Amino acid sequence: MASIEISNAVKSYGAVDVLHGIDLDIQDGEFIVLVGPSGCGKSTLLRMIAGLEDITSGAISIGGMVVNELQPKDRDIAMVFQSYALYPHMSVAENMSYALTLRKTAKEKIADAITNVAEVLGLTALLERRPKALSGGQRQRVAMGRAIVRKPQAFLFDEPLSNLDARLREQMRTEIRKLHRRLGATSVYVTHDQIEAMTMADRIVAMHDGIIQQVGSPVEIYDRPANIFVASFIGSPAMNFLKGAYEIAQNGTAGIRLTDGSFVPVLPARGATANQTVTLGARPEHIAITADENGENGGIPARVELIEPMGLSTLVHVSLADNPVKIFTLDRPDFAVDSFIHIAFDMEKIHVFDTETELRLPPENEPHTAQSA
Amino acid sequence: MNVSGNSPARKLVYWGSHYLMIGAFVVFALFPLYWLLKVSVTPNDILYTEGVRMWPSRTTWENYFFVLTQSNFPHYFLNSVIVAGTTAIVTTMVAAVTGYSFSRFAFRGKVIIVALMLITQMFPLVMLIAPIFKILAPLGLTDSLTGLIIVYTAFNVPFATFLMQSFFDGIPKDLEEAAMIDGNTRFQAFRRIILSLTLPGVAATLGFVFTAAWSELLFALMLVSSESASTFPVGLLSFVSKFSVDFGQMMAAGVLALIPACAFFLLIQRYLVQGLTAGAVKG
Repeated sequence: MASIEISNAVKSYGAVDVLHGIDLDIQDGEFIVLVGPSGCGKSTLLRMIAGLEDITSGAISIGGMVVNELQPKDRDIAMVFQSYALYPHMSVAENMSYALTLRKTAKEKIADAITNVAEVLGLTALLERRPKALSGGQRQRVAMGRAIVRKPQAFLFDEPLSNLDARLREQMRTEIRKLHRRLGATSVYVTHDQIEAMTMADRIVAMHDGIIQQVGSPVEIYDRPANIFVASFIGSPAMNFLKGAYEIAQNGTAGIRLTDGSFVPVLPARGATANQTVTLGARPEHIAITADENGENGGIPARVELIEPMGLSTLVHVSLADNPVKIFTLDRPDFAVDSFIHIAFDMEKIHVFDTETELRLPPENEPHTAQSA
Repeated sequence: MNVSGNSPARKLVYWGSHYLMIGAFVVFALFPLYWLLKVSVTPNDILYTEGVRMWPSRTTWENYFFVLTQSNFPHYFLNSVIVAGTTAIVTTMVAAVTGYSFSRFAFRGKVIIVALMLITQMFPLVMLIAPIFKILAPLGLTDSLTGLIIVYTAFNVPFATFLMQSFFDGIPKDLEEAAMIDGNTRFQAFRRIILSLTLPGVAATLGFVFTAAWSELLFALMLVSSESASTFPVGLLSFVSKFSVDFGQMMAAGVLALIPACAFFLLIQRYLVQGLTAGAVKG
């Protein structure tokens, strides 16, 4: 196993830069998830680590050695593809042993390795089958097995679960995590699914437009997103955003005046000035319903648009200052559509973003961090 | 009586007309071959006297005997096998590499090269005979099998390339990337993984080029003048003399000429079966 260092890596196709100066240090044994929408450059970065794409400038090292000029075969990495990319003319056993055969590993050693890995992945009964005789989940396992057998310096995963149905995906998520704990292998995992990112990563790397937006543990990213992009991308149901003007009172308390005139108190934000246009970010679970239409409990009035029962919870869609706002509740509300309810924001948990730069303006009492890019 | 839906009567009509149409097509396509065979076994003396009959009243092998023992045909045959076989193999090898690069790589001038290759397919061959003769003559390549092989290869490479490219396009890129990560260079990945998955394509290309070269007459006639370098289509013409046509012998030679082409397709037909790539990726 080895660490991976990426310094100032740039990828351009002609005049178009798809990756702008990526810096990332991946620790030995760490599970890193690159997450972002399609076209953000996450797959390109992974393929650059694998050696399947040239590095326009900058450097990538694996285990302390710069690999820029090395062919994929000389980088000692294994990759699991979204399409699995199993060799259709080879049996499961041949697929898994192919890399070792190319390395001229002794036959007995290969056989041992295959037996072990097949046992771990539950493939023992399938070793003689061809890929076309396997189900999607089994093919996925074979692809994993092919990577594990090699004991490489690092594992690269390119959206490996995207082709599986929801239930199987959930199961494989857990399995990959367990495997990682067992093997302790440095892993880089690309996905556009923020749930996979949250559940699997030691650290998440959120990417957008070829730039790293934020690197941090899942909880860090969720609780302290660096900017509006990260805040909106991570978390489901997504964060609510409301524009308003920042206000500071005489006594040092602060708040945001929304466009409909209602006032949301917030913790004083670092760097925010009076009357600055800011964006309020509030996750659905950080908005409380204080009273139904008959109540007079303070709170901000909002019009109910839709009630969405999710089983465990219920999502209440309301309209506030002409913006859609989703509210998460464990209650079973039965508000009438178009009725007015009163809501309150959890001052400690909501965020203030600079509308212009889209950066988060952290509360003055939050310690400085150097995570955001 | 119920006539709608899947009543037995309706099924029978569908079934019957289905096979009737296929049968009609097969008869239409194969009748000339049957006629070839029929004439080849008809003795010369009753060829014209019996009128049009589906089968002659008496048959003979003497046409075959004559072609095989008294004529230059075995020699023409050998020439044709050499020319068509070499052309097929060389063309397919060139087309595989070119088709692969068209399928996988983006490089400067690709569009121009593809356009040029397409343009070569647009000329009537007759236009090109004189210049090609002029080029080959000083090189000593007229009247030689090598010259024919070069010309045939040049003319077949463009189409064969496009054919191969379409087969490579059908193979997911991930496969050779996986092979490269598993320890191959790109060329090794191409040779060890991609090519073995494209065997149906290779077989189809081989078959196509072989047949084209096997039956080519125009260039063979124009570029080759001696008996020793003649291919079999040219040889067939030797049965047409100034005053008569030896139909029986000509047809016998034609039947014999079918054998290598049929044998070749028998040899490659198992690779022509598609579906080898099923299961490589989700699908």
